[in-house]
Amino acid sequence: MEHYSMNLTLKVWRQKSHENKGRFETYDVKDISSEMSFLEMFDVLNERLIHEGKDPIAFDHDCREGICGSCSMYVDGRAHGPWQNNTVCQLHMRAYKEGDTIVVEPWRSTVFPVIKDLVVDRKAFDRIIQAGGFISVNTGNAVDANSLPVDRAKSEEAFNAAACIGCGACVAACPNGSAMLFVSAKVSQLALLPQGDPERNSRVLNMVGQMDKEGFGNCGNIYNCEAECPKGISVENIARMNREYLGASLSSEI
Amino acid sequence: MALDAKTPEGDLEQKWTNYKDHVALVSPANKRKLEVIVVGTGLAGASAAATLGELGYKVKAFCFQDSPRRAHSIAAQGGINAAKNYQNDGDSIFRLFYETVKGGDYRSRESNVYRLAQVSGNIIDQCVAQGVPFAREYGGLLSNRSFGGTQVQRTFYAAGQTGQQLLLGAYSALERQVSLGNVTMYARHEMHDIVKIDGKARGIIARNLITGKLERYFGHAVLICSGGYGNVFYLSTNAMGSNVTAAWKSHKQGAYFANPCFTQIHPTCIPVTGDHQSKLTLMSESLRNDGRIWVPKNIDEKRKAIDIPQEDRDYYLERRYPAFGNLVPRDVASRAAKERCDAGYGVGTTKMAVYLDFADAIKRYGKVEIGKRGMADASDESVIQLGKEVIKEKYGNLFEMYEKITGENPYDVPMRIYPAVHYTMGGLWVDYELMTTVPGLYSLGEANFSDHGANRLGASALMQGLADGYFVIPYTLGNYMAGEIRTEAIATTHPAFDATENECSARIEKLMNVQGNETVESFHKRLGKIMWEKCGMARNEKGLSEAIEEIKSLRKEFWENVKIPGGIFEMNPELDKAGRVADFLELGQLMCLDALERKESCGGHFREESQTAEGEALRNDNAFSYVAAWEYNNGLEEMHKEKLHFDVAKPSLRSYK
Repeated sequence: MEHYSMNLTLKVWRQKSHENKGRFETYDVKDISSEMSFLEMFDVLNERLIHEGKDPIAFDHDCREGICGSCSMYVDGRAHGPWQNNTVCQLHMRAYKEGDTIVVEPWRSTVFPVIKDLVVDRKAFDRIIQAGGFISVNTGNAVDANSLPVDRAKSEEAFNAAACIGCGACVAACPNGSAMLFVSAKVSQLALLPQGDPERNSRVLNMVGQMDKEGFGNCGNIYNCEAECPKGISVENIARMNREYLGASLSSEI
Repeated sequence: MALDAKTPEGDLEQKWTNYKDHVALVSPANKRKLEVIVVGTGLAGASAAATLGELGYKVKAFCFQDSPRRAHSIAAQGGINAAKNYQNDGDSIFRLFYETVKGGDYRSRESNVYRLAQVSGNIIDQCVAQGVPFAREYGGLLSNRSFGGTQVQRTFYAAGQTGQQLLLGAYSALERQVSLGNVTMYARHEMHDIVKIDGKARGIIARNLITGKLERYFGHAVLICSGGYGNVFYLSTNAMGSNVTAAWKSHKQGAYFANPCFTQIHPTCIPVTGDHQSKLTLMSESLRNDGRIWVPKNIDEKRKAIDIPQEDRDYYLERRYPAFGNLVPRDVASRAAKERCDAGYGVGTTKMAVYLDFADAIKRYGKVEIGKRGMADASDESVIQLGKEVIKEKYGNLFEMYEKITGENPYDVPMRIYPAVHYTMGGLWVDYELMTTVPGLYSLGEANFSDHGANRLGASALMQGLADGYFVIPYTLGNYMAGEIRTEAIATTHPAFDATENECSARIEKLMNVQGNETVESFHKRLGKIMWEKCGMARNEKGLSEAIEEIKSLRKEFWENVKIPGGIFEMNPELDKAGRVADFLELGQLMCLDALERKESCGGHFREESQTAEGEALRNDNAFSYVAAWEYNNGLEEMHKEKLHFDVAKPSLRSYK
C-alpha cells in the first residue's frame, strides 16, 4: 500500500464540562501519515497542544482495535466517520487527502450528555442492561453445555446480534435519538437462544420500559442506525423486538 | 516473611475437593454484613463481583472505563480452553493440566494449575447457560478448534470475538447483581491506593476520573483484578488504559510481586509502521491453524510474496519444529521470527515482519467444498473462491481488521506479522487461595502470577480469569471472611483512610507541580524503547544492567521534567496517564532486575547466555526452579523464593520438534 503525508484542517467540538457551553475550535495539523489511525492523528495534535500550554482534546478510547466500544466521534456528520462497518479508532488516515477539512463532534443525544469535549456519558445503556439484558442463572447452576443443543442458524443469528459493542453510534446517527438497535440486539440474542426463553416476556418489557424511561426516541424506520453501526447489526433485530414486545404485552401472565 | 502457598494436603487430583470439603463457610446472614471491593471488571473482576454478589456479599466494583463492559478482556479473540473432551480426541483434565505446566516451562505451581484444569469444564457450562453464543456444529453441539502447544481440539470460540462474548456474559451477570442491589458499580474510577488497618487490607482510595476528587471506600477484603502490565513496553496489544497501578500500589503496601520478568511476546501481530504508532493489534493465534509462516530463502529477495515460488520460501517453523509446525507455543514462534528477521530475511518496508500465508488453506478448503458439492470439473478460480468463503467464515472479522489497518487484502496476499508484547505471566504473588502476602488482599486473573509459569498457552487467559472469578474466589474468600464476621464495617473517617488519602493527594500535587517540558507520552515511549530493546524477546546481563541504570535516570528526569496540562479537579486524561507511567517506571526497573537474577532461559524469558547450540532456550532446573517473589521495602526490592515441586508433571526438556 502506497503511503503519503498530508496537511489537514480540523474543526473540533470543545466543551470544558457539561455545565459549560461548547464551541468549535479550528486546528491545522501537518505531516499526517496515511498509515496513522484517526485517533493517532488526535494524539499528534494533543501532544502539540500540551507543548503550546493548551488543554488537549478529551476523547474516549481504549482498545483501539474496534471492539471495546469506547471511541465515539461524530466525524463529518457521520458516527465513527466515513468507513462502513467501522469504529473511529479503526478509521485510518488514508481515507483523507491533502487539504481536507474534517469536523469532529461528540455523539449527538440528550441522553448521552457531554462530560468534556468529545467524551459523553453512556450510563443509560448499562441501566437498560440492568433492566433485563441477562439470563438469571447463578454461578454453579449450569448443566453440561452440550446437554442443550442449539440450532446452528439461530445460534449464528444470536451471535450476530451479540456482536454489538454498545458504543452508541446507533443513537447518535438516529434523527430521533432512538436506542432501538442497541436494545433489540440484546433482546434478540437472548430471544433466539433456548436459554433465554424463561424470561423472554419480562425481559423485553423491562428493557423497553427502561429505554423509554431514559428518554430515547422512537424508531422512525429510517435505518441510519444500521448504516452507521460499526458491527453491522441488522434492523431485523428491531422487527424481532417489536414482535417480542407485542407478544409479551398480549401475554396474560404479565 | 516465609512464603506459604497453603497448598492443601493429599493427591493432586483430590486437593481442590478436599479443600472445598473442609473450608470454612459464612452463613447467608453474615455474608450480608460483609463487604468486598473488586478492582477491575474484566473477566476475572466481573465474574468475581457477580458471583460474590449472588452469594450475598455486599460488593463494590471499580473500573476506569466508562462501563464495565469495556475492560480489555473484550479484545481477546481466539478462544477459551476446557478439558471437555467433546471431540473424543484423548483430552482430559490431566492433559490440560500437564500441557499447561509444560507450556509454562515448569515455572508454575502444580496444585493451582490442576485446579484450573478441573474447573475449566464448569466455565463452559456457565457461559452457555448465560447465553454466550459459542460456535456450534450443524447438530447444535459446541464446536472446538486447536491452539498452539496442544495436539487436541479443546478450544471453544465465538468466531474471533470470544473474549467479547465471554466478557459480555460476565458483564450481564454483573449488571443483574447491580439491579438486585448486591453490587454497586463505580465506573470512571481509578484505584490509587490500598488502605491497610492493623496489617489487613480494609479499603481503597479511588479517584473519580470525572471530578478528579479522591474518594474512600471500605471493604472487609479487596480483590485486585486489574489485568496485566504489558503497557510498560508502551507498544503492546493491551488497551491504551491498561495499567499496573492497582497491582503496583498493592506491591508497595506489602504484596509480593512474582516473576515480573515473565512477559509473553505474541508471534502474530500487525507490524509497527512508524513513530506515530500508539498500540499494536493482535491477529489471533487461531490463524496459525490454517496460515503458514514463511520468509524468503534469499536475503536480497525483491519479488512480491505471491511471485516467490515454493522452492524459494523458507517455512521456518515447519522446518525447525516438524511435530508442531506452525502451532508451536507462542514464545517459540516469536523467537523464531526474531531470529529470521535479525538474520536479514524479514519482509516489508521495515524488514521486521514475516509472512502468514493462507493460500494453501484456501486451496485445501476449496477442494473440500468442490468434493462436497460434486463439482468435479470446477475451475481453479471456483476452488479459490469457495476456499475463500470457508476462510471468511472462520476468520472473517480478523481478515477485515487486518485490511482496515494495513490497506491490504489478506485473501489475496499473505499477511505480514511480527511479535508484540501481549500478556504478562508475572503479577502479584498469591497462595492457593489467591490471597497476596497482605491479609485480605487478593489478586485474580492476569494481575496475579499463578497459573501460566514462564509462558502462557493460547486460549488459557480467558480460562484462568473466569476460573478465578466464578469458581475459585467464591470458595477461598469464605475462608478469610469466616474470621471477619465480628468485624463491623469500618467508617472511612478512620485515621488510616486520612493518612492514605493524604499520601495520594500529595503525589498528585507533586506530579502537577513539576511543570516541566516533556509530555507523559514521550516519557512512556522512552521507557518502552528501553524495555523492548533490553528486556524484550532476548535478554542478556549487559543489556539488563544498562536498562536498570537508564530507567533510574529516566525516572528522575520524569519527576523533574514532566509536563501535565490542566488541573486536578476536572477530567484530565493526561494526569491519569502520568500516574500510570510513574508506576510503570518503577515496575520496569523491577522487571529488569528480575530478568537479571534469573540466569536461565525459560518460556518467554530468553537469556542469551543460556541457550543450546541450536539456539533453543536452555532451562536450569537445579538453580532456578522457583518463583521469584519480590518484597518492596522503602524503594528497595528483596527477593524471596518459593521453591517449586513437581510431583506429577516431572520437568523434562520442552521440545516441540
